[in-house]
Amino acid sequence: MDIASKTVTHGVQSDLIKAEDLTAGYPHKTVWQGANFAFGRGEFVAVIGPNGAGKTTLFRMLLGLQQPVGGTIKIFGQPPRRGNPQIGYVPQRHVIDSETNVESLELVRLGLSGKKWGFNPFSHQDRDAAWAALESVGAVDLAHRPLGVLSGGELQRIFLAEALVSKPDILLLDEPLSNLDLRRETELLHLVNDVVRTRGVTALLIAHNINPLLPHLDEVVYVANGRVATGKPSQVLTSESLTALYGVQVEVLRDPHGNVAIIGVEEHHGAME
Amino acid sequence: MTFNINPLTDLQQMLHYQFMVNAFEAGTLIALVAGITGYFVVLRRSAFTAHAFSEIGFAGAAAAVLVNIAPIVGLLGGAISGGLAIAALGRRAANRDTQIGIVLAFSLGMGLLFISLYTGYATEAYSILFGEILGVSRGQVLLTAGACILILAGLGIVYRPLLFASLDEEVAEAKGMPMLFLGTIFMLIVAVAVSFAVQVTGVLLIFSLMVTPAATAQYLSRRPQTAIIVSTAIALGATWVGLFIAFYTIYPVSFFITAIVFGLYLAVRLARLAIRPKRAPVESP
Repeated sequence: MDIASKTVTHGVQSDLIKAEDLTAGYPHKTVWQGANFAFGRGEFVAVIGPNGAGKTTLFRMLLGLQQPVGGTIKIFGQPPRRGNPQIGYVPQRHVIDSETNVESLELVRLGLSGKKWGFNPFSHQDRDAAWAALESVGAVDLAHRPLGVLSGGELQRIFLAEALVSKPDILLLDEPLSNLDLRRETELLHLVNDVVRTRGVTALLIAHNINPLLPHLDEVVYVANGRVATGKPSQVLTSESLTALYGVQVEVLRDPHGNVAIIGVEEHHGAME
Repeated sequence: MTFNINPLTDLQQMLHYQFMVNAFEAGTLIALVAGITGYFVVLRRSAFTAHAFSEIGFAGAAAAVLVNIAPIVGLLGGAISGGLAIAALGRRAANRDTQIGIVLAFSLGMGLLFISLYTGYATEAYSILFGEILGVSRGQVLLTAGACILILAGLGIVYRPLLFASLDEEVAEAKGMPMLFLGTIFMLIVAVAVSFAVQVTGVLLIFSLMVTPAATAQYLSRRPQTAIIVSTAIALGATWVGLFIAFYTIYPVSFFITAIVFGLYLAVRLARLAIRPKRAPVESP
């Protein structure tokens, strides 16, 4: 089924990210192929799928760290390039050494000016921008706390501020919810949703469990079995769509709260709660 | 040389000697560079690597003595080649304790061989191992000044990217920063700084200027700029006080420097233990 046909209704000019028949992998090995999607400004997109399906590969291509094997991917109509200031990125399993006694504000500030050569430690402009970024993620109280002592949820907020400080149009978040308890998970998702809605930033978020994201999502990119299905959650998360994707019979069940459970695949990407 | 209660008279008396003037000048320059470079060494957890540079430098210096050229040439040659090798292997290589330790032990062995082949005085080896700041010549002071200017200029240029890459390697790399270039520049800076610091502390006591002041400063400030200033102040203070005490006693300068920085480190850690509030009990949900 061709979920990507929605591209037509979107209008080419408004596409922030657009992929056509995109194939990812290496010359000798294809990770996935035939991806078609287009995302406009201010959309919240979940990227889900089994471990090793190639979710991070999509991010690496957007960051210009890996080239497509086939097809095209464009950001604002241009091929991705390394160091694109339009992208804010929070890598997976992003940890800080517990002995690092450097205040959070410094990391956020470096998110803005870390690329600049030379020595300019007292720039008020940088400092104000870093404060504003911390404010926007509700982490002003963490500004002077050392990075090494922050909890997982606090660190994710600081990383989010670090990514947002340069005012990007696209936010790539690689499994920011792992290691967070349910409450912190909900808090962080609300925060990302706020950023998407108020700043018009397009966020792509890799997650294991789709359910906590469902209330916020505009689009889903489901990567599995060497293929990619994209579209509205209601289109992608159906028995027919996922059966076509996996190539085996898959059942999608929904509970009264709208949570989904995906039955018939080894790994579950939705769970009844 | 008799010690007076009036420190001014003491200083005047001390600086009456050209070798003490040289020692103060070289010591000041080296403390400045070691205090600043040391902050990044500690932040990047490269202390063991820095130590390895000094011992690879020892082999180089011993070889230089053997063929009758200035030890600093051998020190620089050894430390820089070690730095380039580790930079080429990438940041994670800088944390490979075992491999670095193996190369370090072999270098010391080589140094020992060269020293035993050398038929001159064993004091050469002794001064490379434990430092001989009181024997620094006018020419060496000028050379040290040149190296310090180079290092400070280099650090000034890479300051922000290096700090970013040290704190958050993955994001810095994704942002398109030249990680290999930064790693190489940093290793070169450390190698040159170590080679000159060896004049003060010797190969075996290199930690006392390159690591301990910065490690102490990290506990005292969470802002990199402030921590670097504190680290430099500790290195400078220890060097000056060490030189001063050593002048009026018969004991070596490097001992006093190590003792002062260690004492400060210990005091800061103990003070932090005393000040830090007890961990609040975990709230039950």
